[in-house]
Amino acid sequence: MSGDESLIDELLAGEHRALARVITKIENRSPGYRELVSRLHDHTGRAQVVGITGSPGAGKSTLVDKMAATYRERGETVGVIAIDPSSPYTGGAVLGDRIRMASNVGDMDVFFRSMSARGSLGGLSTSTTDAVKALDAFGKDRIIVETVGAGQNEVDIVRMADTVAVLVPPGSGDDVQMLKAGILEIADAFVVNKADLDGADRTVKELREMVHMRDASPMAGHHGAGAGPSGIDDDKNEDDDEERQPPIIETVAKTGEGVDELLAVLADHAEWLEATGERGARARRRYADEIRTLLRADSAALVEEELEARGGLEEYVDAVVARETDPYSVADEVLAPVAEAVRERRDARED
Amino acid sequence: MSTEQGQRAIRCLVAKVGLDGHDRGAHVIARAFRDAGFEVIYSGLHKSPDEIVQASVQEDVDVLGISILSGAHDTLVPKIIDGLEEYGALEDTLVLVGGIVPEEDREELYEMGVAEIFGPGSSMEETIEFVREHVPRDR
Repeated sequence: MSGDESLIDELLAGEHRALARVITKIENRSPGYRELVSRLHDHTGRAQVVGITGSPGAGKSTLVDKMAATYRERGETVGVIAIDPSSPYTGGAVLGDRIRMASNVGDMDVFFRSMSARGSLGGLSTSTTDAVKALDAFGKDRIIVETVGAGQNEVDIVRMADTVAVLVPPGSGDDVQMLKAGILEIADAFVVNKADLDGADRTVKELREMVHMRDASPMAGHHGAGAGPSGIDDDKNEDDDEERQPPIIETVAKTGEGVDELLAVLADHAEWLEATGERGARARRRYADEIRTLLRADSAALVEEELEARGGLEEYVDAVVARETDPYSVADEVLAPVAEAVRERRDARED
Repeated sequence: MSTEQGQRAIRCLVAKVGLDGHDRGAHVIARAFRDAGFEVIYSGLHKSPDEIVQASVQEDVDVLGISILSGAHDTLVPKIIDGLEEYGALEDTLVLVGGIVPEEDREELYEMGVAEIFGPGSSMEETIEFVREHVPRDR
């Protein structure tokens, strides 16, 4: 445990190896990693976190490379976490994003870390959140989290960023379809990368229409309607801050074209977050999510432990198969003592 | 499976250093490692020793596999080893060299801290087995 203590001190003192080691412990969920992350928390909250997501081959890594290089030119330090999928069968993975980091060679102030989606559901977003904390506590000014955008897992990951940019390569009707399916809502900015390719204009136009439609659709006003006594007021509020339209930026990541503009848009968004109080609101939401995720994982582990103590699941399955009991009754039976203990404690507190 | 249990994975950097464009071997080994359940980071071609050190430290890999077919192992490998040492990363990184290393050069590399050298004809199973047996455990 004392080794872990000094590890945090070394991290806070700016030692890259300690930072790397802490992230490994977070990823491995090594014994004691929770205390590590707890200690980090106090030192976090300074970095600006940007999430970059988009389909494979959209140019995320190349763009991240150029973004990092531009931040460095401005004298800011950068942390990057690049997430790649792992094989569901062997757990193995080839993490290839690092190859694209050509502009930041030999610059230790760009700390690039590849992570793989190791199995467990929800686990990845926890590991990523914790790894971001490590980079934040280390003192990185900018943190970029890069992930393939497909599915709930990835949406969860980028949700913890202050600003989310969604990459859309030109001429891909399919990607626009994907956006419709859910990523649209999380985008604070759209980036049409490879803007030098044919079809880029059309993609920009399609995106613009989509963003517009989002605002015009009855769904846009839905969450405001009926919330207050006067519907008119609601509309006004939404015009003010709710309905910030995600800008659409064209970039050519390979040459660095448009990267300055993208960073300007990201900075604008950061200012907007600050000015509207949205930054604080998002942070609260994020911490709430984090606490919930941890509680869920921990109580699941507790139940797992109880199951183990009762000799495992097999016997229960046998009983269910034999129609002696049913899954609901089993769940009730296993959980009853847990629930009882919790309620007892609560009653004792309330007295 | 449970989130509370450790989820340790063996992390490897497969690295190509110097002016050597032969990456078939590196690709094959990267793939074999992946299929063995390792997490593999591939460096890409023509990397400098500095870059390899930077990547090894930041990615905190258990295994660094350096693929060299150019004959420059006697200058490139020491630079990498020195760099790892500088960051205090040498002692818990398993350093492997793959490629063509003449018999008379081997002893020197071993003394420097290279754990094993895999020449032509080495089998994947042998290499993976070696990694599983020798990877630093106390992480």
